[in-house]
Amino acid sequence: MAHVLTLRSVAHKSSIRRQENLLGWLMASPWIIGFSIIMVGPMVFSFGLSFMDWNLLRAPVYAGFANYRKMFFEDELVFQSLKVTLYYALGSLPLGLIGSLAVAMLLNAKIKGLALFRSIYYLPAVLSGVATAQLWRFVFSPEFGLLNTVLQLFGIEGPNWLMSTTWVIPSLILMSLWHVGGSMVIYLAALQGVPTDLYEAGTIDGTGWWSRIRYITLPMISPVILFQVIMGIIGNLQAFVTVAIMTNGGPANASLFYMLHLYRQGFEYFRMGYACALAWLLFFIIMGLTLLVLRSSSAWVYYESELRGR
Amino acid sequence: MKLGKHDQERLSAGFSYALLIVGATIVLFPLLWMVSTALKDPGLVFRYPPQWFPDPIMWSNFKRGWFLLAPTFGSFFLNTAKIAGLAGIGAVLSASIVAYSFARLRWTGRDFIFLLVLGSMMLPSQVTLVPHFVIYRWLGWYDTHFPLWVPYWFAGSFFVFLLRQYMMTIPHELDDAALIDGCSHFSIFWRIVLPLSKAPIATVAIFSIQWTWNDFFAPLIYLSDQYKWTVALGLRALQSSIMVDWTALMSMASLSLIPVMLIFVFAQRLFIQGIVFTGIKG
Repeated sequence: MAHVLTLRSVAHKSSIRRQENLLGWLMASPWIIGFSIIMVGPMVFSFGLSFMDWNLLRAPVYAGFANYRKMFFEDELVFQSLKVTLYYALGSLPLGLIGSLAVAMLLNAKIKGLALFRSIYYLPAVLSGVATAQLWRFVFSPEFGLLNTVLQLFGIEGPNWLMSTTWVIPSLILMSLWHVGGSMVIYLAALQGVPTDLYEAGTIDGTGWWSRIRYITLPMISPVILFQVIMGIIGNLQAFVTVAIMTNGGPANASLFYMLHLYRQGFEYFRMGYACALAWLLFFIIMGLTLLVLRSSSAWVYYESELRGR
Repeated sequence: MKLGKHDQERLSAGFSYALLIVGATIVLFPLLWMVSTALKDPGLVFRYPPQWFPDPIMWSNFKRGWFLLAPTFGSFFLNTAKIAGLAGIGAVLSASIVAYSFARLRWTGRDFIFLLVLGSMMLPSQVTLVPHFVIYRWLGWYDTHFPLWVPYWFAGSFFVFLLRQYMMTIPHELDDAALIDGCSHFSIFWRIVLPLSKAPIATVAIFSIQWTWNDFFAPLIYLSDQYKWTVALGLRALQSSIMVDWTALMSMASLSLIPVMLIFVFAQRLFIQGIVFTGIKG
């Protein structure tokens, strides 16, 4: 009798397992379907299209490597837009990192009104888009803009900002610093996770504030910095709205971000194949930089669990 | 004079406050200036020295901005709200169902598929831009709102990850007890796991609403009929005339920020809890 019962319960159990298996797949299916038809399918399609010549009106024509040849050897704007985009990223990435870390550290010092300050600094991250880009276009306006008006109060004559080939990228970098709140909240949370006994040990040893940051804080939050740097690379190299609204790539293509160039090729001139080729180049640049950062990370990212041998 | 330890601490706290207040002023100043410009007499916008506080206060700028385009901004706001709402509902529903499957159910291939979820977060959106356009156009979705919200109903990887990480922390004993009582997985999901996941659900909802509300690229490539435009496209149209009407533009721009700002203010505690969770555990 007992024997029969066990058998039955085993059969029952395996039917439950089968049911759970089925249910698991079923519930995960929105992602699986989405991944296949929104990500993988289009990526294959995009790769194929990059070898085609297609303006949406006539049937696509196989073009071999023509799009890639054009991209590397004929279209001078590709190099220009890469240069501009990298210049922007090289400025806004490290400055944003320092800025958001600095604010997070100031806020981490058991300060009254933390929630209020945190909301204020975070606010611009919520409001990114056309409206704030237009606001900043107005801020940078050479004669009547907020920035030059304030500078004038100090007796400084500000440059033409967005209308100057030298100043347009620094202006955009400056504007990007307004958005540091987004990564600030993440650093702040990481800082709050650093055990305080580490600092107490540091204080007893008589270390100064800089050594405390350099030898305790930064190593402890380095995994989060790594994550933010990678997200920053992806975000900065794909920036689009600011230039589309504020400068339209000008003056003289001095702010022609890569995505703006891609947008024009694809959706203004309808060179679908060429736009795909451009997208793949950006993809490989982003991938390359990400891998580079990841490879370098063993030298500067510190995982607590490694040391404890867990 | 030598400072005692206590004085030093107070000094450094004072210094921190000073820096924070200066920073907060710099952050808020452009926004306040935007509102001030929106309320100014159009003739006084380009005056030097600038008028910091609008006098007289011109509420009429809002009315002018609202009716400057045909259709009015009312239509743009309605369209954007519809898209953001549908995207938010879809993102929450689909991602929470999928996340439940990854966090609480055992099925063959689960761990491998979850690796794909993680990897796909790194996949580039720019590569799929052109194919998406081609496919949606082929479906007859060009110049409709579908391309702007339907993708949100397929459980975005980032959202799935965020919710799954959170659901993993809910004790399994709860499910086991419920299963023994004869509860189905659906009622565990609906009655136990979802109510306990308020913070990450709020985060998913806010992110998806905020992204669709602020989105510029997708409306730009998919919408041409003005009656289908979103607020972002309406704002761009206001600045594209040669003589930009700055007071009207700034009035509509400030108005466009209000909904997202309100959501942020009301849900910020849940929201910050949620992002913090991803940022750290990520």
